Amino acid sequence: MKTIQVATTINGDSAEFVCGHDETLLDALRNRLGLTGAKEGCGTGDCGACSVRLDDRLVCSCLVLAAEAEGARIDTIEGLAQGETLHPLQQSFIDLAALQCGICTPGILVAAKALLDRNPEPTDTEIRYWLAGNLCRCTGYDKIVRAVQDAAAKMRSA
Amino acid sequence: MALDSSSKRVFKVVGTRPPRPDGVDKVTGRALYGADVSAPGMLVGRILRSPHAHARIRAIDTTAAEALPGVKAVVTARDFARLEGDKIIDMGEDRTSLRDVRDNCLARDKALYDGHAVAAVAALTPEIARAALKLIAVDYEILPHVIDVDAAMRPDAPVVLAGRAHENVPGGMSPNVTNHSEFGHGDLEAGFAQADRIVERSFTTAATHQGYIEPHACLASVTGDGRADLWCCTQGQYNVRDICADLMGMQASQLRVTASEIGGGFGGKTVVFIEPVALLLARKSGRPVKIVMSREEVFRATGPTVSASIDVRIGMARDGRITAGEAVLRYSGGAFPCETVDMGAQAAFACYDLRAVRTLGWNVLTNRPKEAAYRAPGAPQAIYAVESVVDELCQGFGLDPLEVRLKNAARKGTKSSYGPTFEAIGLEATLEAAKAHPHYSAPLGPGQGRGLSAGFWFNFGGNTSVSLSVNTDGTVGITEGNPDIGGSRASISLMAAEELGIPYERVRTAIADTSSLGHNDVTDGSRVTFAVGLATIKAARDAKQKMCARAARIWGIDEEAVLWEDGAAKPSGPNAGDFPPMTLAEIAAVSFKTGGPIAGHNEAHADGAGVSFGVHICDVEVDRETGATKVLRYTVIQDAGKAVHPDYVEGQMQGGAVQGIGWALNEEYIYGEDGRLQNAGFLDYRVPVASDLPNIDTVILEIPNPGHPYGVRGVGETPIVPPLAALSNAVSRAIGQRMTRLPMSPPRVLEAINAGR
Amino acid sequence: MRYVRPETAEEAADLLGREEGVSRILAGGTDVLVQLKSGLVEPDLIVDIKRIAGMRDITPEDGGFRIGAAVSGAMLGEHAGVKALWPGVVEGFELIGSTQVQGRATMAGNLCNGSPAGDAVPSLVAAAAVARIQGPGGTRDCPVAEIPVGPGRTALGKGEIITSILLPARPARSGDAYLRFIPRTEMDIAVASAAVSLTLGADGRVAAARVALGAVAPTVRLVDAAAECLLGTGLEEDALAALAAACSAACRPIDDKRGTIAFRSQVAGVLARRAAAIAHQRAGRTS
Repeated sequence: MKTIQVATTINGDSAEFVCGHDETLLDALRNRLGLTGAKEGCGTGDCGACSVRLDDRLVCSCLVLAAEAEGARIDTIEGLAQGETLHPLQQSFIDLAALQCGICTPGILVAAKALLDRNPEPTDTEIRYWLAGNLCRCTGYDKIVRAVQDAAAKMRSA
Repeated sequence: MALDSSSKRVFKVVGTRPPRPDGVDKVTGRALYGADVSAPGMLVGRILRSPHAHARIRAIDTTAAEALPGVKAVVTARDFARLEGDKIIDMGEDRTSLRDVRDNCLARDKALYDGHAVAAVAALTPEIARAALKLIAVDYEILPHVIDVDAAMRPDAPVVLAGRAHENVPGGMSPNVTNHSEFGHGDLEAGFAQADRIVERSFTTAATHQGYIEPHACLASVTGDGRADLWCCTQGQYNVRDICADLMGMQASQLRVTASEIGGGFGGKTVVFIEPVALLLARKSGRPVKIVMSREEVFRATGPTVSASIDVRIGMARDGRITAGEAVLRYSGGAFPCETVDMGAQAAFACYDLRAVRTLGWNVLTNRPKEAAYRAPGAPQAIYAVESVVDELCQGFGLDPLEVRLKNAARKGTKSSYGPTFEAIGLEATLEAAKAHPHYSAPLGPGQGRGLSAGFWFNFGGNTSVSLSVNTDGTVGITEGNPDIGGSRASISLMAAEELGIPYERVRTAIADTSSLGHNDVTDGSRVTFAVGLATIKAARDAKQKMCARAARIWGIDEEAVLWEDGAAKPSGPNAGDFPPMTLAEIAAVSFKTGGPIAGHNEAHADGAGVSFGVHICDVEVDRETGATKVLRYTVIQDAGKAVHPDYVEGQMQGGAVQGIGWALNEEYIYGEDGRLQNAGFLDYRVPVASDLPNIDTVILEIPNPGHPYGVRGVGETPIVPPLAALSNAVSRAIGQRMTRLPMSPPRVLEAINAGR
Repeated sequence: MRYVRPETAEEAADLLGREEGVSRILAGGTDVLVQLKSGLVEPDLIVDIKRIAGMRDITPEDGGFRIGAAVSGAMLGEHAGVKALWPGVVEGFELIGSTQVQGRATMAGNLCNGSPAGDAVPSLVAAAAVARIQGPGGTRDCPVAEIPVGPGRTALGKGEIITSILLPARPARSGDAYLRFIPRTEMDIAVASAAVSLTLGADGRVAAARVALGAVAPTVRLVDAAAECLLGTGLEEDALAALAAACSAACRPIDDKRGTIAFRSQVAGVLARRAAAIAHQRAGRTS
């Protein structure tokens, strides 16, 4: 068998796809499922641009085989907004100019959501260490940290 | 176009911070970057690269690869069109020969560096493409290589390319020396004679990479009737078109290039690497071909910065007056001739008003990838060396480094070290703002040091086209031709809204493909907000004039009797007639009945880009037992002329500063004895991560550029210039030893600390 | 390449034992997938062990804990019991890679990767942790210290997989700590590292100690001579200085893109001294 059939749940919807045995989850998301929000910046887990949640755990989808997703729940950037309503993190990133080129932004938003889910009131230092695996080359991170704080504050008061 | 004489102008829209138009697409994952599109029947392109630093290519046998089922095309350098003569491609910050671009995309006679492309395949799947690369047999004759710039200058060094020296390079030097430049004025020896102290130091800086997170990617399609389409991430689609059309033997009009959203460039995406190769493969296979570089390929085979070796000699009087300054810059731009050292030689002393100054620049070939522009190319290295020596002189005399810089600062009327006389510039104001900033007077703890550096960049203008359409519903569409690399669509919309007197929300700016608008130079030289902004303002004025004419026609009065104010056409005075103003929306609504669609446009070569100065203050703490440097506090102060969208001006200042911090502390190209790059990945090419950094404080000053109606200056490049010396001066002061090599990686810092024990 | 997902350890060992080509075990995948990407290995068989019963469990055992081979850094870091008993082991493991990598990476994987710079290994060696190994012929136990035999090489035989690692019980007044040096604050491979585990006697002096160094020799190195410097002391300045000197003397590092021989040797001593102080403080706290 050259391919494997995988049944999974992506952003709440059940999804089935076939993949090669050595295909990464990132490649399957991008090339088989048309979910190109996760980006390949390095393919070696060093940049975080491909970040997704796998059964709630934050992972680099370039370091997961697509076949491993069998029976798993996957959440990607495409599932962060509720219809037309942006997630507070997305809104804060736009409002506070926390992106320039935007290539790292999907990965950072997925990672920041995972942080706020477990720690609704992080310090700047906690944000910086949590996001250390998400490289951004444009912003110098300053406005990213501020935007995460802004969103966290809005979510706490919501 | 000069600064609007009503320079006390009150801006209504420019200077605000509205959301960027591409924001939602980018936070939802919808924005399409280079690798995000596909085409029916698309093939996968892959490139075979030299494992050798320097080797003659005796033969390439592709027959086995071609015979592999699923392989649809294999190409080598022989597949490029025959070039009738050479030509120079001018990209503002990068001038290079078409022949060199071609030979860099696919090696012809020699592989000149580890990672140099030698052949490429297009296949049905990535697996087949990978297998096919292994079946290509390249017969290499391995040649001696040279990596280090100083070693490459020696007469007995291995010769990278012969016969490439520019005519002003004196005879008798290694053939690797290709370029020479000299700038300056005044009597150096008289200047040094007046000095109470002269410091002379030698510095080296490693090659670094722009480190954009998006690898190069493109999708090419060529049809049998000779037309082609190319989608790619680039800083300049017109430049890509012109180069690719020449290399393919096509007419420019038949090749349409569309710029994708771009995931960072910083200068590194102003050139082509994979695009001509994808076109060759697409033509040969008759199917669309997509090539996406791996991160390893990006490091090995795109364009890092020059590596540099620099000598600086500066004389200072006891009162802090610099009496003379001299610098010799030896840059290597890699395996092909490179003129970046000219900009370094011009920028080295640009911050100072000197009576005697001279800089000499040399470019040297080495077996490294060809340099590409990286934010203020050539300036960070030169200014690092100069600002380090100035700092050492200040320490020696016990003088305040800010006071010394103020005493010697270039100002309006200063004959710059590279020739021109400065117009209104913001260096003094920037230094004064640094002095007044609480950071500068905050106390330091033990083991801590504070470093200061000024920085400079020329900023460019260049060829620009903008088209502006007034829609019948009162909204405005702008078409411009420069990829938006950091929020420029927002800035362009802001300037159009300001000029037309309509809300920002009614303007939408789009980036054109090469078939939809006249030529635009690449997004470089901090030119977009300045030059595209200028063309947008002119296009808007063109449209306003046309709208005034329509109002005049409706009112039955002379065109000259109508003026534009607050977003509406009005009679110019009581004599012109008594008509209620017609807004843009009202004129637009009836445009089809008053003469047809209304549009403004502008095509020009934008001159008058204003130079930009910045001052950075940096506090560090050095662990004396490990050599680790922690950046505690960082402040960027810069003259923006006029900040159109202050958020994105701050973003440029912060991002540039952090790239400079990376350059100063950890980033470097590391080569082994075998001439192969040892750290072609983000694991060991260490860009700063979020936890390495403090917040980056910013102060924007607005000293209007006399060459722009709103006073705008480019801001994108200057911020990477000061961090190198700011960090080096801070570390040197913290450990009591002068650092002269970048990066200041922990082993080097610890070695310096040990030497001082 | 074939990807298989056996349900039992026996089945996994059998698959690996019978495979004639190149095989790799997939737990967290944070090393294996990088090797695949770079073309460093082209395996014929990938055995995913995450669905095997017990592989993702943390189980109390004889006063210590048995850590399943597929337990990720994130899972271990959330386990209060292990964190309280062996804080140095948890902090070493948690230093590996990013938050994303922590969601997947495993201690057993870090051990089997065979890198002398693996951050999980020195603390395990200092803790005298024991790996349980399933082979085609049955199971055996092996001290973690004996598993790495050289860069990229382990003592595991054909078809053998680590199924769990036992962190033993420890006496009261014990503490451990791990420190590494990297050029940045995150995301780097250790340039030098040190783990110290010690137990204080009733008199407050060090009664037992183990010191392990990483990234300064072909394998993680247990340095008895360094541990002896601590015995019977209250970690006074001269004891710490002797420890640092013994550690530096025990280093057999290389010059490479990450550090020099001189730097690694000097900094390994510094880290051991600092780690010993932290372990000492923790030991005092648990009395």
